[in-house]
Amino acid sequence: MHPAVSVIFFTVMSGAGFGMIAVLGLGVPMPEGTVPAFLISLLAGGLSVAGLLSSTFHLGHPERAWRAFSQWRSSWLSREGVFAVATLVAFAAYALTWMATGTRLGWLGGLAAVLSALTVHATAMIYCQLKTVPQWSQKMTPVVYLGFALASGFLLASPMATSSTLAGYGIGQIASLLVLFAWLAKLAWWSGASKATLASRGMTRESATGLGKIGKVRLLERPHSGENYLTREMAHKIGRKHASKLRMIALVIGLAVPLVLCLCVAAGFSPQGLIGLAAISMIVGLFCERWLFFAEATHSVSLYYDETR
Amino acid sequence: MTSLPQPSGKKLGLVIDLDICVGCHACVVNCKEWNTGGYGAPLADADAYGSHPEGAWLNRIHSFEVTPANAPAQIVHFPKSCLHCEDAPCVTVCPTGASYKRSEDGIVLVEEDKCIGCGLCAWACPYGAREMDPLANVMKKCTLCVDRIYNENLAKEDQVPACVRTCPANARHFGDLGDSGSEVSKIVADRGGFDLMPEAGTRPVNKYLPPRKKTAPAASPPSVGVEELAPTGFLSWLDRALEKLG
Repeated sequence: MHPAVSVIFFTVMSGAGFGMIAVLGLGVPMPEGTVPAFLISLLAGGLSVAGLLSSTFHLGHPERAWRAFSQWRSSWLSREGVFAVATLVAFAAYALTWMATGTRLGWLGGLAAVLSALTVHATAMIYCQLKTVPQWSQKMTPVVYLGFALASGFLLASPMATSSTLAGYGIGQIASLLVLFAWLAKLAWWSGASKATLASRGMTRESATGLGKIGKVRLLERPHSGENYLTREMAHKIGRKHASKLRMIALVIGLAVPLVLCLCVAAGFSPQGLIGLAAISMIVGLFCERWLFFAEATHSVSLYYDETR
Repeated sequence: MTSLPQPSGKKLGLVIDLDICVGCHACVVNCKEWNTGGYGAPLADADAYGSHPEGAWLNRIHSFEVTPANAPAQIVHFPKSCLHCEDAPCVTVCPTGASYKRSEDGIVLVEEDKCIGCGLCAWACPYGAREMDPLANVMKKCTLCVDRIYNENLAKEDQVPACVRTCPANARHFGDLGDSGSEVSKIVADRGGFDLMPEAGTRPVNKYLPPRKKTAPAASPPSVGVEELAPTGFLSWLDRALEKLG
């Protein structure tokens, strides 16, 4: 599948933003005062909004994007939009009362946390629902998106925490566990994806053409000499060439570096700088991971274009 | 509303005969011609006279080579357009309600004024039946020539999809596949019409008719070689003399 930069940016950044909203809403201790409350809320809300805005850049008609709120009964993409706006409204109310009164309303934060989880889940379901892309239509897809959103959101929020412990556990330990859990889910996803070929779902060139009863099918000639929307969007091969190298880069920058930094914090180092660095490193690693999510995915249309692996 | 409607029993669709199609692309061209001037935005091309021309087409013909276990390979020309599926995944994924299936005849259409051009419906279609228009930036797909089949200003014989009307080999048929007594349903039953990629779970309305069985070639093909005759007279002497030279 074609890896559109706007969609990669959107899924990583708004994932981190909604993760941060959830972490703040769940009451991680933050510094006192109006200015810190404003800046912290701006970061969480800003990442989510920036991601959502960038997702409209790949639309053919961004000016009609408001229409996407209408079909929440049937469409995951519509649900994502509805949940995203609901999350931002709940979080705005939470942030405003926090700035105005200095109190963080637990019930409102909890509501924002639940809504942000639903938003990230809806994002993942947009991909997970597509039977046409076997790698994506695995049960683990939403787990991976939720895991990465929570881990990257926690890494962004926790350096600002006033206390280095949460419910008796060190922030370094919690951060390490979240990073580790998210990547274990991703490793399981990669393992599932390697088995989820088109053929494993019964989709072959023989079934796509219905000519399998006669014999082995091979594409002799495409319908046209040039590229088209389908070959560029769905029979995309760029990036697969360096897949194993990119996977290593994603694992080093996205997993190993943040994990070591978080373990240093767990061992007693000051969290501010180290977890902040871990957050940046993980987000860069997630850009690689998300690129591969698209570039490595095989669509059933490729059976008609002879572009299968 | 992008939920699938209650089916009415009427399922308009195409039956495409892979035995007859000669791959002339006339249906492709007439489809483009009709749909660039009819329903919705024109069906655009980008760089039409340049070195990399491309555009949106609602019907394309692929050519496949099929090799049986013990017979020579054969070529099958394979026209592909929207199959107007009963469980159309392209409809339910649409966030705006632009993509819809009509309950009265099962035709799947895009309301272009509502389309935001997100492309998700094209991702959801297993067959590659939807293409983004490169100029209008809205999703394009086969309309089953909804602006021809009900158009009483046209002569009766023209009230069929443009591809069906133009096919010089009569490889394309149009009709109600929900009516078991219709001409198209009878052809499908007679010839063993099939669905494309049934495992995708889309229940396509359009059916394809398989190529008829080829006559099997004889077990030992007649020799076409020229038999070598033993030389006589001078040639026989020359032959022996040259042999002696080693």
